[in-house]
Amino acid sequence: MSEAPEAPSAPEVKPPVVTPIRVVIGLCLVAPFVAMLWVGSYAKVDPTFIGIPFFYWYQMLWVLLSTALTMTAFTLWNRDQRARKARDGGASA
Amino acid sequence: MNDGVNGVALAVFIFFFLAVTVMGFLASRWRRSDNEHTLDEWGLGGRSFGTWVTWFLLGGDLYTAYTFVAVPAAIYAAGAAGFFAVPYTILVYPLIFTFLPRLWSVSHKHGYVTTSDFVRGRFGSKGLSLAVAVTGILATMPYIALQLVGIQAVLDVMGVGGGEDTNWFVKDLPLLIAFGVLAAYTYSSGLRAPALIAFVKDTLIYIVIAVAIIYIPIKLGGFDEIFAKAGEAYGQTNPATGAPRGALTPSEAGQWTYATLALGSALALFMYPHSITATLSSRSREVIRRNTTILPLYSLMLGLLALLGFMAIAAGVKVSNGQLAIPQLFETMFPAWFAGVAFAAIGIGALVPAAIMSIAAANLFTRNIYKDFIKPDATPAQETKVSKLVSLLVKVGALVFVLTMDKTVAINFQLLGGIWILQTFPALVGGLFTRWFHRWALLAGWAVGMLYGTIAAYGVASPTQKHFGGSSKEIPGIGEIGYIGLTAFVLNLVVTVVVTFALRALKAPEGVDETSPEDYTADAGDKGVQVELPPATAGSGH
Repeated sequence: MSEAPEAPSAPEVKPPVVTPIRVVIGLCLVAPFVAMLWVGSYAKVDPTFIGIPFFYWYQMLWVLLSTALTMTAFTLWNRDQRARKARDGGASA
Repeated sequence: MNDGVNGVALAVFIFFFLAVTVMGFLASRWRRSDNEHTLDEWGLGGRSFGTWVTWFLLGGDLYTAYTFVAVPAAIYAAGAAGFFAVPYTILVYPLIFTFLPRLWSVSHKHGYVTTSDFVRGRFGSKGLSLAVAVTGILATMPYIALQLVGIQAVLDVMGVGGGEDTNWFVKDLPLLIAFGVLAAYTYSSGLRAPALIAFVKDTLIYIVIAVAIIYIPIKLGGFDEIFAKAGEAYGQTNPATGAPRGALTPSEAGQWTYATLALGSALALFMYPHSITATLSSRSREVIRRNTTILPLYSLMLGLLALLGFMAIAAGVKVSNGQLAIPQLFETMFPAWFAGVAFAAIGIGALVPAAIMSIAAANLFTRNIYKDFIKPDATPAQETKVSKLVSLLVKVGALVFVLTMDKTVAINFQLLGGIWILQTFPALVGGLFTRWFHRWALLAGWAVGMLYGTIAAYGVASPTQKHFGGSSKEIPGIGEIGYIGLTAFVLNLVVTVVVTFALRALKAPEGVDETSPEDYTADAGDKGVQVELPPATAGSGH
């Protein structure tokens, strides 16, 4: 290793690890797993959409839903990190 | 199949192929930095790629020519079961959102080029690092071979693959040329070549999919008609098995298989060396997180592509080799010039991942076998030289593989590769979050997973094959049919946990951890994280 590791930032007042915002982030990331692995919930032909059986269009719809959920998680996470940095008293860039 | 050579399609194909060849060679000048002869530069493009380049590179890398041919081929063959590729790619992104940024940070801070570099640094174990490296190389080789199979399928349909009685040299000449060119520009330009070519590849693919998904259903009388015909075809009894060919939705019994395949494949995808190479070449942690939110666009494309399998049935495409179904559909439905564009998309789609995969395998060999075990004092320039040579060797190996052995061998090995690579998950992802696992326990878990996976896959028979007939088998203790890789992974995890408890009780030496907790959250711009690593840092991490 070439550089000495940075001195750890003062750990006196660490905010709690589990916060409501982090629970929401977790849910956003877990939801696609529940939806996609529960195959029984969508293994059917009806209702069809422009002739495409439910099984196929539902999963394609989940591509969009999971994208939206990951984006939400991404935004919330950034907000969370910024808040933490500010609280740590570090000069936030 | 068309007997003669499709002249117009071939001309268009050759045009695009020449264009990307020129791009490939010019790529070395693109954003070149001062220290050309380091592995960071050749093998990771200087770690300088932003959001969009990374997006194209990862997309070009993960969604390969083989994917384009194999996913619709699976649908064409059996229906619903082949669609698991869609939930699989849906699950990948929330998953990597959690661990990939950590890997990026620690790798940037310590100059890691491969996952094995990280495992060695984290657990202080050359043995575990070697296990990860060897698994990575073994899993990647057949994957490269399958890219060649993808190109072959396209050449066959264009009529330049030659018939049964053609001289082997004439028959394989187009493939030899394609790979000679690929090898040459990868050698000279490194990761920059596939990064630049990926733009062309994805643009072509998106155009082809957009046209196919609108044009073909109109010609075939709409999706209602397509699915009605497909449903009818699946209902017919297959003489080989005595069961229906497939179904439009998975049966009750097939649901476990569907879910475990999706989950297991999602866990495995970012264990592959080529996925990690493309990830580590990005400029910052943000680039990776942002990419997890835009990469799913490819999943949508994959879903649409899968629907082409149904269209092939409805269009009356009859092929004995399912891999030819989609190229044949394009040839049947599109005017010759656009079929040429579609073939070029698939052909170039093979070159991008093949280049990245060979670079990734070469990096693994150089860093974790050559430098760790053969020549510990290698300079960065020597590392780069060895890597370039190995990338060449890997490709020649893949070529020999495809030309001398039956295609099913490559497919079998790729199936095994997926099972194998998943067994490195506990060491890599586990290691990113905790140092609790013991290095020897991880090694034991890996060995058990590899052994179980290989034996189980060997024992799967299908109507056409005695061994390696599929990737699913009864899960011991549950009784449902599930993906072997996932079963092996669970077994691996259980062994790792149990052995860790035992070794901790015995106070076995833990090895030195050269990383510290804040390394995992460091971002570009933080102290000690340089955007471009100087050669000395890249080589002195251990």
